[in-house]
Amino acid sequence: MSTTPLVARGERGIAGRSPFRLAMARLRRDRVAMVSAGTVLVLVLVALAAPLIAHLVGHDPSTQYRETGLTPAGLPVGPNRHFLFGTDNLGRDVFIRVVYGTRISLLVGVVSTLLAVALGVVVGVTAGYFQGATDTVLARFMDVVLSFPFLLFAIALVSVAGPSIVVSVCVIAFFSWAAVGRIVRGQTLSIREREYIAAARSLGAGDIRIMFVDVLPNLVAPVIVYTTLLIPTAIVFEATLSFLGMGVVPPTPTWGNMLSDSLQYYQVAWWFILFPGLALLITTLAFNLLGDGVRDALDPATERLFAEE
Amino acid sequence: MTEDVLLQAGDVAKYFPLRQRGPQVRAVDGVSLTVHRGETLGLVGETGCGKSTLARCLTRLTDLSRGTIVFAGRDITRLSRHQLAPVRRDLQMIFQDPYGSLNPRRRVGSIIGDPFAIHGVAEGRDRQRRVQELMDRVGLNPEHFNRYPAEFSGGQRQRIGVARAIALRPKLIVCDEPVSALDVSIQAQVINLLDDLQDELGLAYVFISHDLSVVRHVSDRVAVMYLGQIVETAPARQLYEQPRHPYTAALLSAAPVADPDLADRRRRVLLTGDVPSPVAPPTGCRFHPRCPKAQARCTVEAPALTARESDAGTHLTACHFPVHSVDELVPR
Amino acid sequence: MLRFLLRRLLFGLLVLWLISIAVFVLFFVAPHDPARTIAGRQATAQTVALVRHRLGLDQPVLTQYGHFLTRLAHGDLGYSYYNSEPVRSLIFARLPVTLSLTLGGAVLWLLLGVSIGIASARHPRSLIDRASTVFVLGGLSMPTFLVGLLLLYTLFFRLHIAGIDAFPGGGYVPFTQSPAQWAQHLVLPWLTLALVSAATYSRLTRGSLLEVLGEDYVRTARSKGISERRVVYRHALRSALTPVVTQLGIDVGALLGGAIITENVFGLPGLGQLAVQSVTTQDLPVIVGIVLVASFFVVAANIAVDLMYAVLDPRVRRR
Repeated sequence: MSTTPLVARGERGIAGRSPFRLAMARLRRDRVAMVSAGTVLVLVLVALAAPLIAHLVGHDPSTQYRETGLTPAGLPVGPNRHFLFGTDNLGRDVFIRVVYGTRISLLVGVVSTLLAVALGVVVGVTAGYFQGATDTVLARFMDVVLSFPFLLFAIALVSVAGPSIVVSVCVIAFFSWAAVGRIVRGQTLSIREREYIAAARSLGAGDIRIMFVDVLPNLVAPVIVYTTLLIPTAIVFEATLSFLGMGVVPPTPTWGNMLSDSLQYYQVAWWFILFPGLALLITTLAFNLLGDGVRDALDPATERLFAEE
Repeated sequence: MTEDVLLQAGDVAKYFPLRQRGPQVRAVDGVSLTVHRGETLGLVGETGCGKSTLARCLTRLTDLSRGTIVFAGRDITRLSRHQLAPVRRDLQMIFQDPYGSLNPRRRVGSIIGDPFAIHGVAEGRDRQRRVQELMDRVGLNPEHFNRYPAEFSGGQRQRIGVARAIALRPKLIVCDEPVSALDVSIQAQVINLLDDLQDELGLAYVFISHDLSVVRHVSDRVAVMYLGQIVETAPARQLYEQPRHPYTAALLSAAPVADPDLADRRRRVLLTGDVPSPVAPPTGCRFHPRCPKAQARCTVEAPALTARESDAGTHLTACHFPVHSVDELVPR
Repeated sequence: MLRFLLRRLLFGLLVLWLISIAVFVLFFVAPHDPARTIAGRQATAQTVALVRHRLGLDQPVLTQYGHFLTRLAHGDLGYSYYNSEPVRSLIFARLPVTLSLTLGGAVLWLLLGVSIGIASARHPRSLIDRASTVFVLGGLSMPTFLVGLLLLYTLFFRLHIAGIDAFPGGGYVPFTQSPAQWAQHLVLPWLTLALVSAATYSRLTRGSLLEVLGEDYVRTARSKGISERRVVYRHALRSALTPVVTQLGIDVGALLGGAIITENVFGLPGLGQLAVQSVTTQDLPVIVGIVLVASFFVVAANIAVDLMYAVLDPRVRRR
């Protein structure tokens, strides 16, 4: 007694494809996004392989190579055969330091983003689903957190807890979750009005079940997009904290503290600014473009930064 | 006959506040009706008369502002969500929008299996088997249980909704405009399916629609709704042949007739004005501003829903001056 | 309208109060020995004991908090042992610098952002639009301090070598002393502060304006023969700017953050520089003071923006 699907015959070939697979296919066709994804992959590999690279080059990030790395006058040496990116004021290899800096940036960026997203989703779904008083309180709270000068408060927190990588991660997560929470709340509010939620309730489903089984799957797409777009913000935040001396402490190299050093030496050593700066720029650009591409793949209706028409 | 009564709604009302205080939208304002085991009660009315709100009240998807609902001998008016859960096994709903009533991010098998999961009736293999049985029963290919709703047509999606509703063998299903969003040719298929299931499973339906011909086809009894209230209720045949309320008569006369000759000969009852706002309904009989037969009494006294004239106890009308023939309403 | 204002004010006060609690707990309750940290690293045991007594740290927590609030109400923000100066005078000395920087920067970023946004919206997909898209993408990806560094390198250093001393590399000259020099020293910092945010705002303006330009009433205006220029500026811009205004309210906090970074890059003696220095010297009272003052400004700015928004859009008032 089966009736033939009225779904267009031409689509017969894609029958059985989940929305996820369709999105992946769209993403693969997007050249800009693919290049960005490749870049991100390269960065991850570089971060993972940092000790290997150090071994291959023969230098490590903390050693001061006074003979080869500094001029007789004691000034840093520019890019040459031995030091791909030159040396810093202490004769350390800038190239290796940039490579090791990748680890910190990616680690802090990704971990703090994941924490922020986890917290934001929990709060956002709770606020959006239960509405009423819970929602008012939570929404207002998120608004307040969002409106505050992150950097200043981050500085205050660091002043009490002392700078370290853990503190950086926590601080960044604490100031990022509200943005996620707000978006998730908005999405949840609109999902809640859909008829399939009413249908689930008419079947006798409890709130928890509805949230997990019916609401969350519809949040996956926007959450993925937002996560990808939040990572570069977190990376920039970490770099800023390091730049001000509030983040990871020396001698561990981060792009931020390397750029902070460059403030004093850029007049004699332009490579201080260029290489860490370029690394930072490329990383954030890659994640931003990737996020844009992911957003387009998951929801083709949104306006793209580089729309080609 | 009382042991036969499955659902009894008594003076049900549901008001929605427009703003924090002030006037309210009186979507449902004093509805009483009865549904017996195995019967189909048709509920007919135009858009905005409160049919969908009433449907949600009957299934307790929303709280009532006033009134009682007794289902299978149990008063479910004020039960909490938790207490209502076992009731939901017997009282189900089918929704109007085939595109909105299924979660686009879930597989169809999972959607149909929801009742089994929620009530802990079946797990794993057993659940899948039963889901596929249901799919087959409603006319879907059981192999497709892993597909997403987007891959099905409108009519098929309604079938999925039906499968989900009958999973736990309910006693009563409230169908809120189940075929209104479908093409006419598909409507017939779904209606026939519902018909077959009724015979097979002994289901009772509350069948809500604005389409008179569909309601006539499926219902044993019909209730007509206007502006939040029931204005007439009768066995289907009687209602269509001998409508007593002016509104019912007008509705029936407006229904399209296929035969052009018959259509020409038909007398159209024309109603003046628009449907008033449910925020401030007219005093007395709500229909009086548009009624061709309205008189002074109608503006002050709201008529009760009772048997009029020589009608049997099954034909109730809420009108001071019930209609005997359409000629009374058509201007000369 | 008055009720709305009252509610916003009350909420603002509530927020400030909650912040005072958070700050108090963070700085006076949580640390291991607040007296030692406040007295500073170099302090002797005697000084620490003196500080402890003076700050009333040997009293129960709630009493301490009460004193804290009372002092705040009187405008007493504590005493910086490191600088041997009341926090209040420290902050007020540096406030003009930060204000010059933030207000100038905000004006610049609005002007820049909105005008680029308008230009892009009026000529979609033209060279201007594509160039601005690149600008936006760069702005979204660049940290403020990097922009500052690059500007320092290009517009200060390289020009300096070439003999052109147009933009100084740092330092601050008060307006009262010499308006010209004041502005000259602030150009690079303003640009730094503005460029990154201008990018976001230009995108926002572009999107919003495009949306409004597509609406029916604009089409009507055009079909009446009104020049495109007037259509954009007189009719469309007003509604298009509403989201920009909202965003501004949210961004007051970000503005302050940008100021902190910029002051540190260009060596401007403002609150931002003070804050960072105080972390290194562990001068907690100063940080507390800055946080409280900044919170006050942010809350005030938010209320002001809300008010402006309520004037523009009456629907907001009913909330």
